[in-house]
Amino acid sequence: MSAKAKEKPKFAMYWAASCGGCEIAVINIHEKILDVDANFDVVFWPVAMDAKYKDVEAMKDGEILLTLFNGGIRNAENKHIAELLRKKSQLLVAFGSCACEGGIPALANLNPVEEIFDTAYHTISTENPDGIHPQPEYKVPEGTITIPTFEPVFRTLDQVVDVDYYIPGCPPESDQIAAVIGVVISVLEGKAELPPKGSVLGVGNSTVCDECERKRGVKKITEFKRIYELERIDPELCLLEQGVLCNGPATASGCNARCPTAGASCTGCYGPAVGVIDYGAQLIGAIASVIDSRDPEEIDEILDGLVDPAGSFYRYNLAGSLLRTGAASWQEN
Amino acid sequence: MTKEFEPVIIGFTCNWCSYRAADMAGTGRMKYPANVRLIRLMCSGRLDPTFVMKALASGADGVLITGCHPGECHYLEQNYKALRRVKLLKRTIEQMGINPDRVKLVWASAAEGVKLANEITKFVTEVKEMGPLNWPGRSRIVEPAGVAEEVPA
Repeated sequence: MSAKAKEKPKFAMYWAASCGGCEIAVINIHEKILDVDANFDVVFWPVAMDAKYKDVEAMKDGEILLTLFNGGIRNAENKHIAELLRKKSQLLVAFGSCACEGGIPALANLNPVEEIFDTAYHTISTENPDGIHPQPEYKVPEGTITIPTFEPVFRTLDQVVDVDYYIPGCPPESDQIAAVIGVVISVLEGKAELPPKGSVLGVGNSTVCDECERKRGVKKITEFKRIYELERIDPELCLLEQGVLCNGPATASGCNARCPTAGASCTGCYGPAVGVIDYGAQLIGAIASVIDSRDPEEIDEILDGLVDPAGSFYRYNLAGSLLRTGAASWQEN
Repeated sequence: MTKEFEPVIIGFTCNWCSYRAADMAGTGRMKYPANVRLIRLMCSGRLDPTFVMKALASGADGVLITGCHPGECHYLEQNYKALRRVKLLKRTIEQMGINPDRVKLVWASAAEGVKLANEITKFVTEVKEMGPLNWPGRSRIVEPAGVAEEVPA
């Protein structure tokens, strides 16, 4: 890089409660990552480079131009950094399902906090002979050490701070990320304008079904099956018509129907399609209407095939749904 | 003196049957508790489960859905669709920790004013026994029955 004639705008990316898949998706934009480097000064990205929280704290308000924030808010540390990055960033983007709508970790909202810790530390699948249970504070001879406290419920980024844009997906598709970064670069060059605040970027205007190549006819479901229970998956026919629960009808397009094309049903990571208020409720409406029965008992038998309705319909959307959580997790706190 | 808990119940009624049954109950001067707020839909099949979720999240303690008797739907078979949706919805909210009996589906024809009034009275009693739902983040229009739980911060 030549001498800094003009200072490059600053870029940050942070992971809160997430798996790290979003960061990999960003790296997966391949040579476009060089555009990021050419146009931005990456100041904070814990996964990719060494930077300390105090470096961010030392920045002026609004000093970072663009922050991609992935992961939801599970503990006090997540919350602190979300608030910090909001202050220091001009554009804060909720990046990926967890930050947008809760994602997989938000399913923990169905259980009280004690149960979550119990499962993590004291069940048969965990080797924990000393019965260690994490404490937010622990006294050692040198003093007291602390870890971030666990929040009672898992929340989306916009339930904690103001968010400018949303890029959903688990993780967002790399070509969509590249397109969004392309737009930001054009804005910097004065060739384009920013989309209105609150826009959901990197998604299509339709549903996954619309992008799916599978053949669709009149749906009449007489039995729900999980995908391994099918003797043979018809490679051409709509998965829902084969009795496999597919979340395509309520899910925003933008992924090119990757999963259904490959023979796995859509789980809904791209979030609610345009106009959908409550993702799970929309899906309940769609799925229940194609069940082919008028007999209450028979309907119950068919519905027994859906082993985990809340987990299937709200897989990525529980924290962002109208109810936001299960009763247990808020009553206990 | 503690006030008795007065639940808020949202009722979704079908234009062709139960809404008229409610009308009939009114003209016939039949009494039913004032806890239920009726919303007219063109058909119980119009009921988007989102309506129920929104009602529960915004402060309703129960949701009553009424439609034409099986086989009598004005739009041929949409009430069966409502039946399937309500069944699936109940399973889902049960997993989320809401008593599924807070959502009830009742069939009532336009001639069944008495039946509808009785069903409403019965449902209000049932919800009273269940107590307030007090979902966090709700905004109650009426005086709250108890101390509201804070939204988990």
